[in-house]
Amino acid sequence: MADAAQTGNSGNSSILRINKLTKKFGDVAAVDSVSIDIRKGEIFALLGASGCGKSTLLRMLAGFETPTSGAIVLEGEDITRMPPYQRPINMMFQSYALFPHLTVTQNIAFGLERDGMPSDQIDARVNAMLDLTQLKAFAKRKPHQLSGGQQQRVALARSLAKRPRLLLLDEPLGALDKKLREQTQIELVNIISEVGVTCVMVTHDQEEAMTMADRVAVMQSGRFLQVGAPREIYETPQTVYVADFIGNVNLFKGSLTVDEPDYVMIDSPEGKIYVSHGITGTQGMAVQVAIRPEKICLQRTAPTPAERESAREDGYNCVRGIVKNVSYLGSYTTYHVKLDTGMTLKVMNSNDARHDENRLDWDDTVYAWWDGSDVVVLTQ
Amino acid sequence: MSNRRKPIVSTGDRLLGAFGARTVIGIPYVWLLLLFLVPFIIVMKISISESDGIHFKDMFTISDGTLTWNVKWGNYAFLASDALYVKTYLSSLYYAAITTLICLFIGYPFAYFMARSPAAWRPALLMMVMLPFWTSLLLRVFAWKGLLANNGVINDILLGLGIVSEPIKMMNTSFSLVIGMVYAYLPFMILPLYANLVKLDIRLLEAASDLGARPLTAFWKITVPLSKAGIVAGSMLVFIPCVGEFVIPELLGGPSTLMIGRVLWDEFFSNNDWAMASAVAVVMVLLIIIPLAIFNKYQTENAAREKGRA
Repeated sequence: MADAAQTGNSGNSSILRINKLTKKFGDVAAVDSVSIDIRKGEIFALLGASGCGKSTLLRMLAGFETPTSGAIVLEGEDITRMPPYQRPINMMFQSYALFPHLTVTQNIAFGLERDGMPSDQIDARVNAMLDLTQLKAFAKRKPHQLSGGQQQRVALARSLAKRPRLLLLDEPLGALDKKLREQTQIELVNIISEVGVTCVMVTHDQEEAMTMADRVAVMQSGRFLQVGAPREIYETPQTVYVADFIGNVNLFKGSLTVDEPDYVMIDSPEGKIYVSHGITGTQGMAVQVAIRPEKICLQRTAPTPAERESAREDGYNCVRGIVKNVSYLGSYTTYHVKLDTGMTLKVMNSNDARHDENRLDWDDTVYAWWDGSDVVVLTQ
Repeated sequence: MSNRRKPIVSTGDRLLGAFGARTVIGIPYVWLLLLFLVPFIIVMKISISESDGIHFKDMFTISDGTLTWNVKWGNYAFLASDALYVKTYLSSLYYAAITTLICLFIGYPFAYFMARSPAAWRPALLMMVMLPFWTSLLLRVFAWKGLLANNGVINDILLGLGIVSEPIKMMNTSFSLVIGMVYAYLPFMILPLYANLVKLDIRLLEAASDLGARPLTAFWKITVPLSKAGIVAGSMLVFIPCVGEFVIPELLGGPSTLMIGRVLWDEFFSNNDWAMASAVAVVMVLLIIIPLAIFNKYQTENAAREKGRA
């Protein structure tokens, strides 16, 4: 049993180890001492705003940038200084970088030809790739004769043809329009899991990262702020930046007044907040409290204790304000509620009834409240 | 129906625009018609006209009620039968081809690295390619005489250093001719190549490298095919004028370097055989039309591809 972890049948074994990888451009560290283990078969997303270093990190994995220091180890082999054309890693480029003078077939065969594969094997492999990506009908076309979605599939087929041990995706859906993007996300994940290849992808689109990835790393200024499953990142962000970057969030600034092992209380100018789990902190310390807009309830009358059983005492986790903006977005509606302190609270409620008699409107005075377990306390 | 939507361009502007566009396109066409096509037809006419030594006969004469067509194909027959002319044509094509190849081999790496140089340097590098145009071609070609002559700069240095004991004959050989032509026409190779290579998407080379292509393979498989339009354009811009080049062979060439431009000159001004000279010129134009047609085909194909990509 001891060697179960080593043989990797747990599915959690590491395929790629990045160790204190740093890339400096002049004095600026684009990637700053990043360490991570990528597990075999997972889709790992690097998520961040532009300039956060995610693309530089990906380009170091592909071999287009040479790290200033640190190491990249793929299946036990140090590939830090290996040129791109020797790495068993392939990349699907942003806006695809298909060879415009070659047909779809020739594009897919390009990498196989470089390996000196016999031509009958190349044909078989290219055909398998065309089948996988449903491009049979377009095999003889040049890239400019294809739609954006078809080009994206050619790029995928080309990067998978050589059976890479690691597949890199650089903004894989960035060049597609929204409708096609949603459909393609699932398609792409299906193909990748069918092939079973380990993936590192770069995206600035949190929805894309959350739909596609098993784990997400949120990057800022060349560092990983938090790494975890999409749900983890969304529900338990560890920093204000992550909470704010992933989805919408309401942040209350306050100080810790009660610090018990199983609950804490926080005083903020907007009101008192009760949190039904313990945190690592000290009494009196300054904290920020994050509440997601969809976890807040809005109503015209003050909530009764029966309605909010988990609130320990009255006056906690409930604020009053005036509706200043209503945006009906189909499946849900967002409200901007202006509180007495001047803070604007974002609230998102799903529209589960077609006709809501009690619908809230502009300038209504409302009570906003939330559950003590839906609150995340951020200390940094 | 809706009169709230104003047309972006008024009718007057549109008329003027259409007229303006036609004028702008039309002027060069009229220019070419009057100053190229008409003279060319005249030259063609002269080449097949009968002459009494001073005057050319009219092409059509009516005598005794019968229309006679006076055409003489003799000049062309003579061109084809006289080995000197055939040799001269072949030799012109040969020197033009050699010049084009050398220009390509020097110009391609030059244009390549110019296109890869930091963007801030490029205008200066481009300027240096075009700088020679600021001086007259005649002067620049003539200057080569001073370099290549038996008592020229190069031989003086070689003699002074004791590398050779007597001057190397460089002037008035095919060597000096090709040097002069390469020197004069190199910018015409570099500029279209540069314009093409600078547009090459670097990510295509990264993609090639990612797929296992070493730098040299990526160059042959990606860069060269994608710069074909530039190679063709540059080669045509060098080859076509080189075939009919007169000044450089006259100044730097020798008795053994036959070029059709010099034969033309001799026929016109030494032999005063205008009909023969015209025939020589007509054949030269026809010879050049063939590569020009190839050039045109590539340009059209390329334009179609660019359009498709956009």
